[in-house]
Amino acid sequence: MAQQVIVLVGTRKGAFLLASDSARRSWELRGPFCETWPTNHVVADSQSGTIYAGGGNEWFGPAVWKSTDLGASWSHSSQGLAYEAGQAPVKSVWSLAVAADGSLYAGVEPAGLFRSTDGGISWSHIDGLQKHPSRPEWNPGGAGLILHSLVPDPVDAKKIWVGISAAGVFATEDGGTTWEARNRGTRADFMPEGQNYPEFGQCVHCLVMAPGGGGRLYQQNHCGMYRSDDGGRNWASIEEGLPSSFGFPAAVHPRDPDGLYLIPLNGDIKGRFMPEGNAAVYRTRDAGANWEARRTGLPQGSAYFNVLRQAMATDTLEPAGVYFGTNAGGLYASNDEGESWDCVAPHLPTITSVETLVIER
Amino acid sequence: MTAISEASRKRARAPVVVRLPAHLVVLFPGADRLVPLVARDVAEMVDGLDALWPGMRERLCDETPAIRRHINVFVDGRRAKLATPLAAGADVFVITAISGG
Repeated sequence: MAQQVIVLVGTRKGAFLLASDSARRSWELRGPFCETWPTNHVVADSQSGTIYAGGGNEWFGPAVWKSTDLGASWSHSSQGLAYEAGQAPVKSVWSLAVAADGSLYAGVEPAGLFRSTDGGISWSHIDGLQKHPSRPEWNPGGAGLILHSLVPDPVDAKKIWVGISAAGVFATEDGGTTWEARNRGTRADFMPEGQNYPEFGQCVHCLVMAPGGGGRLYQQNHCGMYRSDDGGRNWASIEEGLPSSFGFPAAVHPRDPDGLYLIPLNGDIKGRFMPEGNAAVYRTRDAGANWEARRTGLPQGSAYFNVLRQAMATDTLEPAGVYFGTNAGGLYASNDEGESWDCVAPHLPTITSVETLVIER
Repeated sequence: MTAISEASRKRARAPVVVRLPAHLVVLFPGADRLVPLVARDVAEMVDGLDALWPGMRERLCDETPAIRRHINVFVDGRRAKLATPLAAGADVFVITAISGG
């Protein structure tokens, strides 16, 4: 059977799907889906092929959309996707992930975690995260108090890591009842001198897990890029060799735990766009010891876009494909592990998320 | 006396007429823009809409519970809350606020 790759794109005005064969040279664009709702994250269950899209509409609130036919038809639900009466209402869904046991998780604004065991039809609140003693001191980042990174362990369904802006990284090993802050070694440059390594309160931008099951995580933070080899208990900086310590997305190689892609921006107070207007994806093949800029096919000298925190992904094909989408609506694809790039959809709405699904057909 | 209370009961059973916005209706296949419903207040009206099209409550109300911030419900020309009573035959407009972007 032939393989097909589908790039799942979340935008401020609905979800889009781009499909190609395994060569990944030409792409068919479909969308917008989800009634053009602001869509923060579109993911797929790689087992069933079901696509889920999470977002929130200023009028109608948060919802998770679902398609079991690769986008031909969609339904939506937010049954149970709510805090207790009297709490600040859930505004939107920011992140989605399918866990090892098939559960679907949703991270929301204001920061919290919900779980569905019926494929997104109904939801229950994982309230253990709200009971962490640091909760009253969580402060929102620029995009709000959002749970944007949601990383279930690929084997052990009781282990989940989350990234919250700007509360930091938290992890549970009991399915969400108790949580531990895991930020040791990550900086908070925005805190007073001498208080730059707090237990929590860091501005994590994107948290991803390396393949291979070795407990390796990477994160792009507001203040640096980091690697952990012990499930987030300790972090080490890997920013040397990069043009800045600031950026939003991170994407791991699908098979190499030493392979990581980042898109550093020029800096947090310099406009937050491509350094000198030159677009580049930075790639490491040795877990962050060395970095190489990859620019072939990317705009040089005129690129004043940024790439949002969930807007870069890899696929599982060989060689791996790499994809990112810009706030200016351009979707770029590489079919050779980031060596060279093509703009495969130049004029989408602001791209909030990019994920991939590989299917046999 | 008997006649009056009979008329009153009749009025209580007479439906209100709810007008729904197009971009809400499109989220619920088969839903209508114009919905006659028997309801004594806005909360009961939402119950009725949710019974017809499950999930519509979450689109109109948050967990405060309250009508969502950018949804406006007008009853006979006046902005209403969930507790606002509905007279028999009342005209109810569900309207989305202006939103940019």
